[in-house]
Order: sequence, then C-alpha cells, then structure tokens
Amino acid sequence: MRAPSPLLRSFSSRATVLLPHSQRLLLSRAPRATTIQRTARRTIASYTHPHHASAISVLPTAVDTSSSDFRENEQQMKELVGRMSSLHSTIAQGGPQKAKDKHISRGKMLPRDRVTSLIDPGTSFLELSPLAGNGMYGEDVPAGGIITGIGTVEGVTCMIVANDSTVKGGTYYPITVKKHLRAQAIAQENKLPCLYLVDSGGANLPHQADVFPDKEHFGRIFFNQARMSSLGIPQISVVMGPCTAGGAYVPAMSDETIIVENQGTIFLAGPPLVKAATGEEVSAEDLGGGQLHSSVSGVTDYLAVDDAHALVLARRSVANLNYPQTSIPSELFKGAVINEPLYDPNELNGIVGTNLRRQIPVHEVIARIVDGSEFAEFKRDYGSTLITGFARIYGHQVGIVANNGILFSESSLKGAHFIELCTQRNIPLLFLQNISGFMVGADAEKGGIAKNGAKLVTAVACADVPKFTVVFGSSAGAGNYGMCGRAYSPRLLFMWPNAKIGVMGSEQLSAVMEAVGRTADPELKARIDRESEAIFSSARLWDDGVIPPAQTRRVLGLSLAAALGGRVENVQTRFGVFRM
Amino acid sequence: MPLSPFLRISPRLGLTVARRSKRAASTFSSRAAESRCSLNSILIANRGEIALRVGQTASQHGIRVTTLYTDPDSRSQHALSSPFAFNLGSVSAYLDGDRIIEIAKREGCQGIHPGYGFLSENSAFARKCTEAGLVFIGPPWKAIEDMGDKSRSKEIMTAANVPCVPGYHGQNQDPNFLEAEADKIKYPVLIKAIKGGGGKGMRIASSKSEFQAQLQSAKSEAKNSFGDDHVLVEKYITTPRHIEVQVFADKHGNCVALGERDCSIQRRHQKILEESPAPDLPDATRKDIWAKARSAALAVGYEGAGTVEFIFDNDTGEFFFMEMNTRLQVEHPVTEMVTGQDLVYWQLKVAEGAKLPLTQDEVEVQMASRGHAIEARIYAENPDQGFIPDSGRLVHVRTPAITEDTRIDAGFIAGDEVSAHYDPMIAKLIVRGATREEAIRKLLAALEEYEIAGPITNIEFLKAVCKSDDFIAGQVETGFIEKHRKGLFAKDTIGGEVLAQVALACLHHDTTDSSRKLANFEGSAVGFSPSYQQRQFTFEDTHSGSKDGTTFDVRIQQISDNQFSVKVGDQVFGPVFSHRNPDSPVITSFFPHTRLDTTVIRDEDSIIAFQQGTQYRLTLPRAKWMDKALGMKDVSNSVLAPMPCKILRVEVQAGDAVEKDQPLVVIESMKMETVIRSPQRGTISRVVHQKGVSQDEIIFLYPSWTTTFPASCANYLKWFS
Repeated sequence: MRAPSPLLRSFSSRATVLLPHSQRLLLSRAPRATTIQRTARRTIASYTHPHHASAISVLPTAVDTSSSDFRENEQQMKELVGRMSSLHSTIAQGGPQKAKDKHISRGKMLPRDRVTSLIDPGTSFLELSPLAGNGMYGEDVPAGGIITGIGTVEGVTCMIVANDSTVKGGTYYPITVKKHLRAQAIAQENKLPCLYLVDSGGANLPHQADVFPDKEHFGRIFFNQARMSSLGIPQISVVMGPCTAGGAYVPAMSDETIIVENQGTIFLAGPPLVKAATGEEVSAEDLGGGQLHSSVSGVTDYLAVDDAHALVLARRSVANLNYPQTSIPSELFKGAVINEPLYDPNELNGIVGTNLRRQIPVHEVIARIVDGSEFAEFKRDYGSTLITGFARIYGHQVGIVANNGILFSESSLKGAHFIELCTQRNIPLLFLQNISGFMVGADAEKGGIAKNGAKLVTAVACADVPKFTVVFGSSAGAGNYGMCGRAYSPRLLFMWPNAKIGVMGSEQLSAVMEAVGRTADPELKARIDRESEAIFSSARLWDDGVIPPAQTRRVLGLSLAAALGGRVENVQTRFGVFRM
Repeated sequence: MPLSPFLRISPRLGLTVARRSKRAASTFSSRAAESRCSLNSILIANRGEIALRVGQTASQHGIRVTTLYTDPDSRSQHALSSPFAFNLGSVSAYLDGDRIIEIAKREGCQGIHPGYGFLSENSAFARKCTEAGLVFIGPPWKAIEDMGDKSRSKEIMTAANVPCVPGYHGQNQDPNFLEAEADKIKYPVLIKAIKGGGGKGMRIASSKSEFQAQLQSAKSEAKNSFGDDHVLVEKYITTPRHIEVQVFADKHGNCVALGERDCSIQRRHQKILEESPAPDLPDATRKDIWAKARSAALAVGYEGAGTVEFIFDNDTGEFFFMEMNTRLQVEHPVTEMVTGQDLVYWQLKVAEGAKLPLTQDEVEVQMASRGHAIEARIYAENPDQGFIPDSGRLVHVRTPAITEDTRIDAGFIAGDEVSAHYDPMIAKLIVRGATREEAIRKLLAALEEYEIAGPITNIEFLKAVCKSDDFIAGQVETGFIEKHRKGLFAKDTIGGEVLAQVALACLHHDTTDSSRKLANFEGSAVGFSPSYQQRQFTFEDTHSGSKDGTTFDVRIQQISDNQFSVKVGDQVFGPVFSHRNPDSPVITSFFPHTRLDTTVIRDEDSIIAFQQGTQYRLTLPRAKWMDKALGMKDVSNSVLAPMPCKILRVEVQAGDAVEKDQPLVVIESMKMETVIRSPQRGTISRVVHQKGVSQDEIIFLYPSWTTTFPASCANYLKWFS
C-alpha cells in the first residue's frame, strides 16, 4: 500500500502516549484516585486538523509498477497509444501536400494555424473527433474535412468550426455534416458562442443523398444557427474561402460576419452555374467577393485584408459579445490551490492494459484523475461493483459513477440514489464506463434486475446536470445505457484507445448466433472485433474523440470549464417514474 | 549615499569651524567682512540632476532649498525634491532671471545657485542678483563677463602668461578679412561665435574653399541664438586632447587647483567620458598646467568654482588656454571622487565668505591616495545615427548598486519623461578605482548592470569605448570616436537564445494569470492532436539604423506547463523551462545548456532586452495586413523629421528641383540644430510643414522617391565644452 495512511495510523497511536511534559508530571504526582476517575471524564470535541480530515478521502494505491502484469499491460498500451498518436499526427497534416502548397501559395493559412491564431495565447484547444471519417469512404478524409473544438477567445470559451479546404476542397461528406452538427449540439448544450471559419466548396456531390435531405443533414446547420441565435448564443462567421449555395447561409445566418477580400466568396450559385442558368458571365469576386458583400450587398459586416486580419477582427467581435468569460471555480478565488493527483497519470497505461478480460481496479483510475487523489466515496461497502462518490477536477466539483464490475440490483439502486443526490445539489456527473452489462441469471431476475436497472437508466436519462462519459474499458449492452452512453446525451463522451463498444463481445455474439441455430459467418467475429474498436467508433462520431489515458484529467478539466465556465443556467431535474 | 565620502571629512570643515575662521578673518580683512553672510536658504535656478545634486548638499548642511520648474518639468524629480517648489511656466522660463530673482526675494532666499547651463554664466543675471542683495553662488559677475567674451579672455590670459591658441579675435567682421586671417593661421580653422556656447555658432573650415559657407552658417546661427553674429577665427588642432583644470578661489585671494580632468572622449564635440587624473601626462606638465590654471583664475579675480580648459597637443605636449568656464561643471563628480571633497559645499562656503577648506598641498595629499575616477554621461541619444538625441518616457530603469566607489547622479527615475525641450542627459555614472585600469573595469561592470528602456541611450556605446584597447591604454584624443569608428560601432549578431527569450517573454506577457487557473494548461497540447499552438514571432533588428533590418523568426510550441520547444531559424532549443514573475520584467529560462535571466521590456513596437550585460533592441514589424487595414498614409517619397523638432528654416519650396545632399530644412531639437539634406535628386511636390513646431511628421513630399529621410545626413555642429 502506497498511501498517506501510515501517517494517520502513527498519529492515532502516538496521541495517547505523547502527553505534554507538564501534564505527565502532574499525573505522576497525583494520587491514584484521580487516575481512576479519568474513566468517567466525558469526551470533549477533539479538534481535527483539516489535512487530517481530508486524509480520509485520499485514495491509496496498490499498483506495483515493477510487476510483470503491470509491465506487460504498459507495453501493450504504449504500443496502442503510439499507433493512435501517429494516426492523429497524420490526420493533423490535413489534406495532400499538393493541396496544402496551393492553399499556402494563395496567401491562406492552414486551418490549424487559423485556429491557433484565433485562440488566446497560453490556452489549450480541445479538438473534438479528429478521427472522424477515418477509413469510412475508401479515400482519406482527414478529420472529416472539418476541424471542431473548444477554445478560448478573448477569455470566452467558444466552439470553433473550421473547414479544411485542403481536404477535398472542404466539401461536406456525410461525416462532415455529422461533425458540424455535433459541434453545434455541444455549443448549444454548453452555451458556447460559435465561430465558423468557412472555407468550403459545399456539399460533396457524389454523396448528396446522404448529405442533403434528412433531418440531421445539411439544412440542420442553419436551423441550429437560427435556434442558437434565438437562445442568445452568438454565431460568428469568418469567410476565408468559398461559401457556395447552401454554404452561403452559414455567413448569412450569422450574427456577425467577416470576409477576406479577394479570397472569401459568398453566392448562391457560382460563376459556372450562373452562366449555365442565365448566360451571365461574371467573376467570382464580382459575383460574391468581400468588396461586394461588405459595401454593396451588406451580406458581410467586416472586410479583412487577409486571414490574419480576419482572425483579429473575429477576436474583436468576440471581445464585444459581452459574453461571460470562462470563470474560475469559486473555491479557487478563496486561494485554494489545485492539487495534482498523488500518483502519476502515466501509470494508467500499466493499470489498464489492452486486455479487457482483466478487471480494471477503478479506484486506481479515479486516483489518477481527480484533484489530490481525494475521493469522498458514497456507500463504499454497498453494491460495490459500482463506485460512487464526490471529487474535484481542477477545482470543479463532480459526482463520479464508475464501474468496478458487473451491475447488480444493489449497484443499480446505489447509482440511482447517487445521481439523485447530484441533481439535487447541481453537481456535474462523470461516468467512468467499463461495463459488460447487467447481471443475468435466475437470481438476478428474481431480484428484479430489470426494474432496478431501469431505475438507473431513468436516473441517468433525466439527470439535468452536465454529464460526461469516459469509456475506459468495454461498453456493452444495456450497461452502455445505465452508464450514460451516447444516447443519454452526455455533454461530451471520450474513449480510451483500448475501449470497445458493442452489444456484446465478439465471442459472446458468435456463441449467441450459434445458439439460435445459425452457423456463424467465419468473417463475423473479425468484423465484430473491428467494429467494436475505439477507432471505428470515433470515425463514426459515436464519441467525441479518443484520448490518451494519461490526459483524461486534462480533457475533463477543459470539458468542465466549457460546461460550467461561461453562461450557465441551472435547470431543476424532474425524474420520470421509478418503478419500485 | 553617493556623497558619503565627503561627509566623513566634513566635521573639520563644519559650520562652527567655518564661523570661527570667519570671525578671525574679519579682524584682519575688511573685504571678507563686507561679504560675510550665512546662507540659511537658497534657491536653485536649474533643473534635473544638478538641481538635485546641489539640493542634496545644501540639505545635508541644513540649508533650506527652493526649487523651480516649468510646465513640462512639473513632475520631474528636482521639482518634487523640495517642499518649496515654484512654477515658472513656459519651457524657456529657466532663463527668466527677473522672475527667478523675484521668487528668491519673496521666499526669503539668501542665495541663488545657478547650476550649469541656463543662467550660470550670465553675467547680467549674476549682477542683478548682487544688486538685489542676493548671493550669486558663483564667481563675481565681472569675472563671468570677462571670461564669457572669448576675445577679452584671451587678452587677459596672454597678459598673465597663459598660452593661447593662435587666432584672430578682433572686431573686424568683414568676411574677406576673416578669410585672410584664416589663411594666416592656416587651415583647418575654427570659426566660433564670440558669445557662443553649447555648441552653437561654431564651425570648422578645413579648407579655404569652404570658409565662406561655414562662416555664414556660424554667423546665422549665432545671430539666431545670441542675437550677436561676431565670430573669432583660430587654429584648429587636429589631434588634440581636451584637458581642463578644476580651480577654486575664495574671497581671501586663495586659489587651488583640484587636479585636472581629461575630457577627450567626445561626440558632436560634447563630452561623454571624463576622467581624472588625465592619462599619460608627464608630472611636470601636470604641475605646469595646474599652475597656469591658477594664474588664469587669479588674473580675473576669480571666486568659487571654475574650470580652465586647455587644448593639449598630443604630439608636441604643448597646451593652450581655450576658455574658462565660470561655473560648476557637469563632470565635477570626477574631481570630487579623486579629491574626496564636496565641491558644492566648497561653493557654499566660498559664497558665505569663508576661506577654502583645503590648501593646494592638502588637496594634493588627498589626491595621492584616491586613485582614478571616470564619469560616463548617459544620454538619450542614438550613437548609430550620429548621436541624434532621443526623448520619451523611461519605461524601465535599473541602476547598478551604489557604493562608495560607484556614484550615480540622475535627474530621472523610471516612469519619467525625457523631454525634447531640454538636454537629453539621463544620468551620470561615476566610478573610482585604485588605478585607471580598475576604474575602467568597474565602469564597464556598472554599465553592464545599467538598464534603461524607453528612449535609445548611449550605454552600449559607452561599453564599447570601455572595451576599446586604445582607451584602456590611455590613447585618448578628441577625435577618438571618429578614429575608432569601425570598432566602436561594430554590431554583434543577436544570439538565438536572446531571440528565444524575447519570444518567450512576449508569449508569457499575453498569458493572463487567470488562464493558468482555468485548466487551460497554458497552451500545451491536450489529447492526441499535436499541431496546435505553434506560434511564430517575427522580430526585426533595426539596431544598424537602416530601414531594412534583419528579420528573425522564432517559433514556439508549448509542450507542457512552463515547458517549451523553441525554434530560432535553424536552431532548435528544447525543452526550455521558462517562467516569469508577473510583477517583474525578468524572464528566467533553463535551456538544455544554460540558464538565462533576461529583462525584456516591450514598449509599443520596440523591444529592449537585457541579457548578461548586453542590451538588445528589436522592433516588432507590423503584420502585412496592417498597413492596408489601417489605411496608413503613404509615407514613401517623403522626408521625415528624425525626431520631434522645431523647424527653423525651410530652404526650398514646392516645385523646386533639388540635388542630392542639398539642404532642405533646418530643424532644432534638444538644443541641436540639424540640417536635413535631400537624400537624392528630385522635385519637391509639397512642403507639408513650414516654420513652426512639428512632431515626427512628414516635412516634404516627393513625387517619385522611395526614400525617407536617412538620419545619417544630419549635419552636426561643433561644440567644445
């Protein structure tokens, strides 16, 4: 046990021995009778030093970094993290070199440089779903051709959506639309002003059927803009390239719009289409350039000389939003300091590993995520396959619900109880998910696992506090629902590289298929395995990104700041009927 | 306290002793009895460091000090130094003698200390003081008058057997006659206004062909400055040294020489480094020059502090009387350092009618044990552009530690404005060492600790002089700077570490304290995506003064908290641990190979960095888009004034065709007259400003030029002082 508990033990044992010197003298001189009377003395309120009080919340660790298990786990996880890292690096390069050279030769900044210029120096950018579209189209669409993420601009936490025109001209694939819409959803839930750095050729025409018509397709972008604007969530566009046809509505539907001269264009139909339709021959700049829109049509509000200028203007617009700046958790105002976890977050690699058959001790995970490794555990000894308790992450209070085994009736009831506490107290919830499902079997059914599980699902579904989910192991079956899977609208959902998501594991799935009389497709198991991986999930935006385990704390810190830092409205949770 | 060495000896010269001697003197000397008085309250008719310097000694002796200031000086240190401070109003009011006497009378001051410059050598003012019943703390007005008239002073000196420079000092001002006299003296000759001073009305004619042009220029300047265009012509010694003797005389006929000072290191014919004793001077010559100086003082019936200036011919060992300055000089601390005396205290004693505190022998005993002293004048000026004066707010000042051997006389502190209206001297740094070598070493060390940001200063230049082999060897002459131009103005390349530090400081500067607390990780990468937050900083080295300076690109990527990867050109530093205390301009970084503490001051578009005793100046080039976005006036094809200035004369009109180097306009700033010449051939399209005041603005527009005014064509004027 590596823990501060020895301190506590030694303190309590010494307390009785080490009496002050004078008192000892007094005792030795006193007649025997007085000593006997001491047993009748009433205990008074003994003073407890604050650091002794907080010591009871400090999680101990049993991790042996020199054990073979740890080393094996660590090595496997590091390999996986390394692969993931290089994949992200490749994606971060954007489109093909030729396209980038052309882009730069036009005096344009690459989209990631645009984002860097836009955000405040000395702040970090939380990029979302960089794996979007990975391996989906038989061609490379790095990051789905669009960069989304949460960044700080002039002290205001904003949602930044930047087209990458080096990727297929910045055209919208179905996943591009999905990613754009997801960014807007995050912005709307967290009330983050939206900054659109527009540089897109519009819908990807070969995929138009999956881009244009449906409810969650292209049109929804403008629906969201209008709705968010109506909710007082600012919408700002910076037109740094073409905005054609439907795309023209992005700037047109924004509260404020900036355009780069001789570079940004906005028109419902481009010159070729105009010529085809009416025979009119007109240059792109005359048809919808910055000069035209800033001085004649009034579609745009500010005319910029180049990208750098446009981004300075965008920053100025944000400074004038009169929007609440990202605020500091109130405790930090009182001079409290943020204590980093006591144990190295890099040890998570060795603790978790890539083999999901091994039980992951979730206390060890929590101890490497929360401030000072302090965790006030609720109902520690009841329903102990689900861990619940309070902690802080970068000063923000959170209620943690974490899997430490299969969900039983007791653990489900405990989870529902704890969620009710957090909603009452308006404490954000963090779900640490590693669940293969609810318990099955006659005993479980007799115990009403169905209705007790439903209580947990109801509680999760109805809880109207910011919810965050991190999948650090498997995410299977109804456990996914009870632990705030994607369908339960966590504000943000991240996966670790080792995480697997699916109805059930590939082996169980094959077994079930055989049991119902079908011979399993020999390819099936491999396909299920592939489709359960984090990369597969993230490419389809079933999550908001895959993160290195060691950075979980930081990612959650930024997520909490985004959810709680700016404009926050407290909503009182109303639960549905809990079946008793 | 810089003056503490003087305090230690003061009991011997204390007031009680002085009073007793006065009483004794009164029985013997009726002259002393007449002028016997005690100064309890004085007015200082000056500004800046000298006003503070005088006030300090006066206060130490319990004398009430009244100070004066003008509108631009109302917040300056000397004005704030005394509870008795009076506003004279306009910029030039330090010259308003009548007002000053009126204030002194009204406030019950018994004496007026004129400092240096302004009214210090104005005999009319000294006379008015005396007539008003005030003690003028300086020589008798008659001595000032005699010494102020260059011709008259030479007559007196010749009569007293003090050698003078050959020349014509007569009344005949016919240009042809003067040219004939110049021919007799042989070129080069110096043309000097009789009433001149402060570098005004002085020109050198190096050949017969340019005599008339220089004569006219000297005369017109003299006319404008002093209302009198009489000039004298004399021999110009080509490799001279400037050696001067500090003399002191009392009302009892005593006169002592407090050693000599070598003030040969000059630029624009104004001193920047002064030392005592003069290096490499034969002892016999030294004694001779002291004797001649004392004779000179006695010949004019001198009282108080004075300086007899000689021009010393390094080749022949001859010296000639140049002039006598009838005031306490800027460089008097050098003498104070080597004699252990407080010369302002001596001035006060002499003014009270006391005898000189020490005899010549006693002075020499003091000097024998006190080694060598050097003073460096720290100016707001740009050595790279012909020492053109600069002005502006002192954004940052850090001074070396003051010790018994390191003294700073300054009129400014951080935050003060160095006004373009007055002399651009910021401070005087004086050090003393057992030997000259030690003194130079100490001076260099102190200069390396001296940090000033705001106006451009000559500190880097002074360091270069201190490192020059010839200076260390004592090979000084008035042409020193010109002769060593190549070495003194050589520019070191700016190291990658400096640029890295400057860029890190800029980044730290923009990182607000709150962002640190916001789980923002100061910009380090979060998640797998690595490619954010690499920011590029561009700096320009305009040190050389050329418009197209060298550009440096620095790229910084934050790796984690306080940890950065820095790329300067092809040089990569990393990881660099860097942090900055928000209350201090110092950024401390641990590079893989070294630790650096760099002071980085950003003032608008300019950056001043101090690292390991060297100052670096960089500018922030404006982004490409800024000119267009800001709708800047097109300033190419125009001539700009190099500094805030007053336009004295405009020599051309719109439509004139001008040749290269043709004078266009004469401006005045910081007591300096500057001729702005045409940078190339062309036609004047418009004169933007006529006579009057302009601020850093366009003076001329040319239709077809692309050059703005290069300061190097400024023609600076001759001044011995």
